[in-house]
Amino acid sequence: MAPVKAFLGWPLVRQVMGADRLGRGHAAMSERSRGLAPRTTDADEVVDSICPYCAVGCAQKVFVKDGAVTQIEGSPASPISRGRLCPKGSASKQLVTSPTRVTKVRYRRPFGTDWEDLELDTAIDMIADRVIKTRKQFWEWEADGKRTRRTLGIASLGGATLDNEENYLMKKLYTAMGAIQIENQARI
Amino acid sequence: MPGLGTSFGRGGATTNLMDLQNSDCIVIQGSNMAEAHPVGFQWVVEATRRGATVIHVDPRFTRTSALADVHVPIRAGSDIAFLGALVNHVLSNDLDFREYVVAYTNAAAIIGEEFRDTEDLAGLFSGYDAESGSYDPESWQYVNAPQAPAAGQRDPAQPGGPHEERHRAARSETAGSGGPAVSAKPERDETLQHPRCVFQILKRHFARYTPEMVEQVCGVAPEQFAKVADALTSNSGRERTSAFCYAVGWTHHSVGVQKIRTASILQTLLGNIGRPGGGIMALRGHASIQGSTDIPTLFNILPGYLPMPHAHEHENLDDYVAGDAGSTGFWGNMRDYAVSLLKSYWGDAATADNDFCFDYLPRLTGNHGTYETVKGQIEGRCKGYFVVGENPTVGSGNGKMQRLGMANLDWLVVRDMQLIESATFWKDGPEIETGELATAEIGTEVFFLPAASHVEKAGSFTQTQRMLQWRDKAVEPPGDCQSELDFYHELGVRIRRKLAGSADEMDRPLLDLVWDYPRDEHGDVDGQAVLREINGTGPDGAALSSYTELKSDGSTACGCWIYCGVYADEVNQARRRKPHWEQDQVAAEWGWVWPANRRILYNRASAAPDGTPWSERKKYVWWDPEAGSWTGADVPDFIADRPPDHVPEDGATGPDALGGQDPFIMQTDGKAWLYVPVGLADGPMPTHYEPAESPVPNPLYPGQQGNPAIENIKTASNPMNPSLSEVFPFVFTSYRLTEHHTAGGMSRTLPYLSELQPEPFCEVSPGLARERGLEHLGWATIVTARTAIEARVLVTDRLRSLRLGDRTIEQVGLPYHWGPNGIVRGDAPNDLVGLALDPNVHIQDKVGTCDIRPGRRPRGPALTAYVADYRRRAGVVDPEEDS
Amino acid sequence: MGSLWGRLDDVQTDAGYGSPDEHPPRMGFFTDTSVCIGCKACEVACKEWNEVPDDGYLLTGMSYDNTQELGASTWRHVAFVEKPLDVPVEAPPADLGMPSMGPPDPQGAESGGEGGVRWLMSSDVCKHCTHAACLDVCPTGSLFRTEYGTVVVQPDICNGCGYCVPACPYGVIDLREGDGRAFKCTLCYDRLKEGQTPACAQACPTESIQYGELSELRERADRRLTELHDQGVDVARLYGRDPDDGVGGDGAFFLLLDEPEVYGLPPDPIVTTRDLGSLWRHVGAAAATVAGLGVASFASRRLVPRLLGTALGGRR
Repeated sequence: MAPVKAFLGWPLVRQVMGADRLGRGHAAMSERSRGLAPRTTDADEVVDSICPYCAVGCAQKVFVKDGAVTQIEGSPASPISRGRLCPKGSASKQLVTSPTRVTKVRYRRPFGTDWEDLELDTAIDMIADRVIKTRKQFWEWEADGKRTRRTLGIASLGGATLDNEENYLMKKLYTAMGAIQIENQARI
Repeated sequence: MPGLGTSFGRGGATTNLMDLQNSDCIVIQGSNMAEAHPVGFQWVVEATRRGATVIHVDPRFTRTSALADVHVPIRAGSDIAFLGALVNHVLSNDLDFREYVVAYTNAAAIIGEEFRDTEDLAGLFSGYDAESGSYDPESWQYVNAPQAPAAGQRDPAQPGGPHEERHRAARSETAGSGGPAVSAKPERDETLQHPRCVFQILKRHFARYTPEMVEQVCGVAPEQFAKVADALTSNSGRERTSAFCYAVGWTHHSVGVQKIRTASILQTLLGNIGRPGGGIMALRGHASIQGSTDIPTLFNILPGYLPMPHAHEHENLDDYVAGDAGSTGFWGNMRDYAVSLLKSYWGDAATADNDFCFDYLPRLTGNHGTYETVKGQIEGRCKGYFVVGENPTVGSGNGKMQRLGMANLDWLVVRDMQLIESATFWKDGPEIETGELATAEIGTEVFFLPAASHVEKAGSFTQTQRMLQWRDKAVEPPGDCQSELDFYHELGVRIRRKLAGSADEMDRPLLDLVWDYPRDEHGDVDGQAVLREINGTGPDGAALSSYTELKSDGSTACGCWIYCGVYADEVNQARRRKPHWEQDQVAAEWGWVWPANRRILYNRASAAPDGTPWSERKKYVWWDPEAGSWTGADVPDFIADRPPDHVPEDGATGPDALGGQDPFIMQTDGKAWLYVPVGLADGPMPTHYEPAESPVPNPLYPGQQGNPAIENIKTASNPMNPSLSEVFPFVFTSYRLTEHHTAGGMSRTLPYLSELQPEPFCEVSPGLARERGLEHLGWATIVTARTAIEARVLVTDRLRSLRLGDRTIEQVGLPYHWGPNGIVRGDAPNDLVGLALDPNVHIQDKVGTCDIRPGRRPRGPALTAYVADYRRRAGVVDPEEDS
Repeated sequence: MGSLWGRLDDVQTDAGYGSPDEHPPRMGFFTDTSVCIGCKACEVACKEWNEVPDDGYLLTGMSYDNTQELGASTWRHVAFVEKPLDVPVEAPPADLGMPSMGPPDPQGAESGGEGGVRWLMSSDVCKHCTHAACLDVCPTGSLFRTEYGTVVVQPDICNGCGYCVPACPYGVIDLREGDGRAFKCTLCYDRLKEGQTPACAQACPTESIQYGELSELRERADRRLTELHDQGVDVARLYGRDPDDGVGGDGAFFLLLDEPEVYGLPPDPIVTTRDLGSLWRHVGAAAATVAGLGVASFASRRLVPRLLGTALGGRR
């Protein structure tokens, strides 16, 4: 900024020269304030989503800049929520950007006293082995002379915050492996 | 919920949140809607702006009560007595909507002579077997209706007792879409005078539910009862409609299903079902709790409420279909739905010759619900456990049982976003402190896998009014975080790879499974491809538009028949987002609602039997004689071109058997069921029983204290407080706060929510504070036979001492969100909860009895000794010795 | 131009934004507490948008209010007032009806009474006064009147002198610990510039918080008041609506269901610079004026509501 311009931009000068003689308004506005804009205006993307908390199903707009979430707020278009969110829905950005979120696999070996690191790929492979082993160990073709074709050795709990597509694949896979003790929050 | 399913044919909310604005009266009971569903509550506020009366019936004065016109404080667990008295009020004063009742309900149906009511048998229905503690519902049936195997009856005799398994198999949940089956339409007396017609039986059954009884059981004064009765009845009828809203305040009880049934009876008698401003709004607590029931992760059902097959009766597909399909109504097409599901699971491997791989399905032999499973873990019968977006050591009843089960596993997989208590129980669970468990002695191998958040994956939730709404993916999940879709897909891929080449018959279902899903532009498993499989495809491979297109010859595949149409025209209909200001109030182009995008269910009933609207004010769906079809604001929940005067031919089956005045098309007789002849494990009509733990005797049926068909979980860590115990003289009730979310994993970890409710507390009345010397903001120890926890005390007039006859009942309010982990911490109130379950759905009471004392609880082993002393003084029976 | 007191119909013109047709209309909040459900979505939405830090984890025992008061890190605050119904609305002189936010007196006759309880909830916020003493006393020009008529503190200018703190008759603005600067509600100045609704009002589930043109909001509030009076809710009244009141009317005003004191609001706020008009002739004198004011006023902003509270019967 050229020195003269800078001088003219001083609040006191603006004040004396302008209509805002007491320097309480226009004249007091700083450069930052003058250039202020909502941080969402330069979002790379605005993505439509749904709140993950209760079952009202409020619509959310997720603002993304440089691959990171910069704001989550209600989407006014929804006939159910009309843009509104409760405190939990309003805290959604904190939910997804929480610094205490665990983003690495944690592993506790039998009788272990602390967590250990484990590669995701290794973890999934180990889990697959354990499913196969436990399934076989507790396999049951019959109970009381009637065909059951199942395992009672493996159980699952969860699903009420998951997507329909996820629940579908879970039930499909579990059913094919013969696991029947598949439950979720709906029972709890 | 079977409460709604057996009454109306589908287990979902009959209405939607937005339609509440059309109500003239809204009764919120068993729900703290303003706190648990704040944004949904805007529609209640809209209704009040239009002059509606809002009534909140709840043990506590909550943020919902604060905005209601009337708050009725009620003793926790006494809802059936209150609602039953409303039913009685309607029946004995002829306040029912008679034309609706005669035409659209089973009021006129005649019940067999063998049936005996609780009036005759001192609180029991006929068919009770005391040894097994369960009912044989055979005597509850319609007269002359050929006895179709159904509900409890679908379990044949077992070795060791004729009814042993009967109430355990949870078949009632299959009424989620498609009411229970009766094989023929009943005899009817439309004058409603026949002594054995449902209407008269109902009248006799509820006669003892008087306002005086309400005062004695619920602690509600007759004047207050009258206020509710008048508001409700004066706002029901042709011109006006009333709605009910409920949530887990009803479902979390050992008589939960029957609570919903009582409201269903009441709303049906008042003619409030299927009409704008009417209905029963079931408020679900999680983003997709409706979806996780529709496409279940539940043991007893397959997608679309098809039952899981049972070992003793379903040896093949024919048995399976014969056992569960009614011959009339839309459930009559069950074979189409079942075969299409098998085709979506096993594709080309499923052929007519091999019964479409029906044999690949594992079979049930009883209750395999979560609490029974945990018992199995404790007993070493279940060794591998996936915990996915759940926190059972805080969120499930009786946390100790959960942790003891987990400590006895071979392996545990926890998938979450934060290190929740269920992942760290081996390190810092309460039993480590007491010495009941020792870290170095717990052999459980624990895998904590970080999960993707809702913005890091694409997919659909089904919210509380059965609406599927699609979420797009916004960002990549960080680090190892992964969606369930990707994890389970990958797990399946690896298991199949490891088993490839196996000749073992047990591996066929895995190897034949259709398990190849395309990737989307992000490289993730394409959720839309999965949704398309759920929707179903026809012989040409194109997406189907309606479940009416499904076939049983193997030419169609469909992963969940009630969701058929969500991908109609190859478009993800759940992703529709036409702004509400570009649509009418029904907003049919936002998301997609099952079934068939119908927003208000049973909406044929919004018109009179002749097809004309009941009134101009409540016009919704009606018959257009010129067009020869049903029309109106919503998708008609009826066969579009079936005229109101249609009478089906004798012997018609499936949908052809539905007459023009049968609005409840999923019911075998097309009617709303005031009386449930089949489908429920604890009686055809609701009866007030005390919770498993209660400080008072049951005045309605002296001698029959609790639900006779209650399911007990008998394991050492689940001792129950004896009823009427002086050692446990108070009632506790657990609940949510607006500022937190269920077991807290998604709220106690966030600063902005944690600061709003930073510490566990209990709420007590000034009377109880006086009685026990509790100080505001001081500490209290709350004790049950399971354990003792501590919490800070809020003394508040919002909790009232209730007068029940000559005694006073005090209630302790316990928000249950906290646990030992997170930003704000404390003891987990659900550790106090004892497990005694509703026999229909295997859900526990959220109320029980307790003691409360000032001060903090003992630490370490002293805690177990403290609780043991309570058990001794109260004479608590060791559950394993109690048979 | 340059009023410090009395009726002022165009604050923006007064603040140098030209004639009425040269600046946008004055924008504000109307908070209708009769439909507030105390969910605190406003508090969280505000914090998320404005990146306001958490304010500590303290269970206060003041009903469900663990936020306590407006401050540098709390720009929306939901007050919860529990009162037994059988206590008359017009409280006796010894107790002017200050909120019973603490424990009910266990020995008191009113506790556990048969008359039930009343639970008032109200989301408080900066009033964006017509005559804003905070900005009048600000020596750095950090506080200023925006083109929307709202009052905003500019963090790039504020030097943390703290003169604004005691100047506020409502006890709104405060210095943030560890930062030193003054913060308060900006009425989401940045969002307004793009025609967006402030975060709190956007989130509010029941439209208890309404945002819009102040003139329109005042009409809406008048209609709502009439409606409630017609329904027999005689206790309903508007607060901060009157352009002739001690602060020239508030840019954020309220519909209350009890006396303002019950919600912790001063009953008759008066701009603390009312009598300073003669001193405020010369811009250069501002600092001296403010120093004088600081002495004449309260030592700490925290004391303002406390002292008011004491005078009115004590706030726990």
